[in-house]
Amino acid sequence: MVIIAISVFIGKNFLNNTESTVPIPSTMKYRYTGSSGENPGAAIASAFKGSILEVKNGGSIQKAVDHAQSGDLIRVYPGTYSENIYIDKDDISLQGVVVEGNWPTLDGRKKLNDAFLYSGNGVLIENFKIVNYKGNGIMGQAGNNFILRNNWIIDTGVYGIFPQYGKNGLVEHNVLSGIEDAAIYVGMCDNVDVLHNEVFDSVAGIEIENSRHCLVENNYAHNNTAGLLAFITPGLPIKTTFDIIFRNNFVVNNNHKNFGAPGSLVSGIPAGTGILIMAADDVILENNIISGNDNAGIVIVDLVHGADASKDPNSEPNPDRVVILDNLMYDNGNKPKGELKALMMTQFSKKGPDIFAIGGGKGSTILDKNKYRTFGIDHYGPATIRDTKHITTFMMDEPVAPRSVSQDELGELTYYGVCAGCHAYKTRLIGVPTEVIQAIYADNPEGIIDYMNHPKNLRDDYPEMPPQDYLSEEAKIAVAEYILTLKE
Amino acid sequence: MDKEKFLIVLIFLVISSLFFTRQNDTLAHETFVPLNLNDSCPPGFKKDAQNRCDSKNLYLQYSVPNAPGVGGLKTALPPARDGFTPQQIDLGRYLFFDPVLSSDGKVSCATCHQPQKGFSDGLASSIGMDDYPLERSAPSLWNVAYLKLLFWDGRAASLEEQMQGPLFSEHEMGNSPEGLIKTLNTIPAYRYLFAQAFPEKNKNESIRLDEVYLALTAFQASLISLNSRYDQYAHGHHNALNQNEIEGLNVFRSFVARCAECHTPPLFTNQQIAVIGVPEPKGKELDPGAEIPFNEKTLRGGFKVPSLRNINQTAPYSHSGVFKSLKEAIGFYSKGRGHAVPKNEKLNLHWHIWDPQLSEEEVDRLVDFLHTLTDESFMPKIPEILPSQVQSQS
Repeated sequence: MVIIAISVFIGKNFLNNTESTVPIPSTMKYRYTGSSGENPGAAIASAFKGSILEVKNGGSIQKAVDHAQSGDLIRVYPGTYSENIYIDKDDISLQGVVVEGNWPTLDGRKKLNDAFLYSGNGVLIENFKIVNYKGNGIMGQAGNNFILRNNWIIDTGVYGIFPQYGKNGLVEHNVLSGIEDAAIYVGMCDNVDVLHNEVFDSVAGIEIENSRHCLVENNYAHNNTAGLLAFITPGLPIKTTFDIIFRNNFVVNNNHKNFGAPGSLVSGIPAGTGILIMAADDVILENNIISGNDNAGIVIVDLVHGADASKDPNSEPNPDRVVILDNLMYDNGNKPKGELKALMMTQFSKKGPDIFAIGGGKGSTILDKNKYRTFGIDHYGPATIRDTKHITTFMMDEPVAPRSVSQDELGELTYYGVCAGCHAYKTRLIGVPTEVIQAIYADNPEGIIDYMNHPKNLRDDYPEMPPQDYLSEEAKIAVAEYILTLKE
Repeated sequence: MDKEKFLIVLIFLVISSLFFTRQNDTLAHETFVPLNLNDSCPPGFKKDAQNRCDSKNLYLQYSVPNAPGVGGLKTALPPARDGFTPQQIDLGRYLFFDPVLSSDGKVSCATCHQPQKGFSDGLASSIGMDDYPLERSAPSLWNVAYLKLLFWDGRAASLEEQMQGPLFSEHEMGNSPEGLIKTLNTIPAYRYLFAQAFPEKNKNESIRLDEVYLALTAFQASLISLNSRYDQYAHGHHNALNQNEIEGLNVFRSFVARCAECHTPPLFTNQQIAVIGVPEPKGKELDPGAEIPFNEKTLRGGFKVPSLRNINQTAPYSHSGVFKSLKEAIGFYSKGRGHAVPKNEKLNLHWHIWDPQLSEEEVDRLVDFLHTLTDESFMPKIPEILPSQVQSQS
């Protein structure tokens, strides 16, 4: 009795003391423990050196982002925030603080477009409840090394979580529902793990589209129109999808009426589709539990059968080398739809199959074909692998570096890419020749930087230079030094 | 005294006549001076040890996550056409502005691609030789160095291929390969300039077509616009845009308006063909667009996604110029999927064409943002004198 009382007391104390929550720095390389075993190589953490900015109810998260510098952590306390937050900086972490079940909630009131837009690298967004946006819950455009986790997202419009053009990312432990396209949509990305998410009441649960090296594991996809999807969508600038693993997922009862926007690609997907592979190559399905999907458990199609879109001569339309390993499948195909229904009638069956394939594609294999009710996979050979245990993650060992050039190269790019519009080495363009600048500022790069920030018109016969203070500090230093070492 | 006066007048007349002759001499001399090609690369390029101009800009500092060069703010561009010599670029500049390239000597490339109009012509659809009305509007040439598809219907894959369209179209420049080469070879100034731009060739050798194509390509590939206020923002200077413009950027990349899905930074085009169902001007039939060159029914009414850089300079908009302003062009997307598709047509409209219901304010903010994509700081100089106007070599 005493022990219980003490633990209640301690627990209470803990709950009240919200400051005891340990911030997780964005610089930390996340270590995950999957069912496939730990990956000690990923457990590298570097010290957190940034500042912590706090946002309380009534405050503005965007203001905190505006003030934040790379490496900072923004902690958001419970309250309702109606904002469109954009993060065009690198290494910014946004962390919701949940207190006694009260979440910091981003509410778009069906008026705002997107809750989070980020373009920076190394962005972390976690512990937010996001509701009632019109576009996306979280959308990334080209940010690499992203971590999006522990978010609770309800009806945020077209997509729930949508990293686009990103490399090396993690999407995990999110719960999403009521999304009119894909709840989680990995679009034109590379090296992304999608783990431990629950997606339901949406048109598409988790969609991997025109992306490579993605691991989709331990997710629960239920009551969507379709559960898990690996797509090539034609007409996009990145043309391929391959090296995708769907492993250890529950794909159950995905029979929701399709409420996709007219014209969207997913609006044509028949309800009751467990897993849909369209034109994607090298997709491995392993240890998934796929049941109660009324159209079919697994559907594999080419672009001719699957996509009602303009043909793209650069998109290879066939799903090649699909590998179906051990999966638990039952009770699928109770109410097949459309083309599938018609095809099954020709087989004198009113039921859809566990596995259905139609159209082109070669090199696909399956571990134990006889376990399932199938249609269209007679040409599938026996699988040559048994499992994918050796693959614990598709994320990279090292984060993608934000910049690929040295200081000297940055100086060169700035000089020729910006300064050369007005300055040539020996001749007068608009500004003075570069050799004149060299003569004035010999061994004095700071002088050049100072002039770039605060130009003062020194010559009557030249127009005043506009301030070049928009260049980053690194670029200014680099170009000042580059100018002084330039030889013709 | 009279004699003296006379003498003074006489001396004055002699001196002034001398002066005038000299003046005339200088003028004549200027006309006959041999043109020399620039031996420096244009801005945006660095000359390497082999006398080649290599493209340089701040986007080259970013790592390349994908080859097509599409993404967000700090995304590398796709590879550029570069590596031409300064002389080839400069020769291309002369050719570009010289109407001698057309059969009637009246139409130059710059007739439809005017520098002061964003290298377009301000017309809904361009006007060819003898006022012949052409089918489509003239696309801007800024940043063509990065484009993989040329013409509105994407029928050319290189600038060399593209330029043969207008050069040898009977309604545009009306020339023939034979006619073009013959004309250029009869102009001593061009023979002199081609010898400068292609020093490895024998001085007495004739000008060749491939040299013409290369020089025009070199010049067009030098038209770089990557230093707009938007670019300053993208590189991290967030004060470069005001609050309205940032709001516009956020609408632009939001998944409601979806502009950035096809007009993807940093080029503001994803270089794909898209069927979006733009109306034709009154009385004009549907332009089949990419259906014809690709021989693909599902591309009917499809056009190349144009870059939006310097878009403020190139009104009116769309392949047929039906939208007079940016506001009108944006308004098209807000009127609902397929609203302008003729009743007898069934087009495979792009999935991003939907019903975004943008508010008036959002449209205004988008216009604000599009204005930040203007940068003409690397504007080339229009030649003061054209090689075809040079009478002879001194």
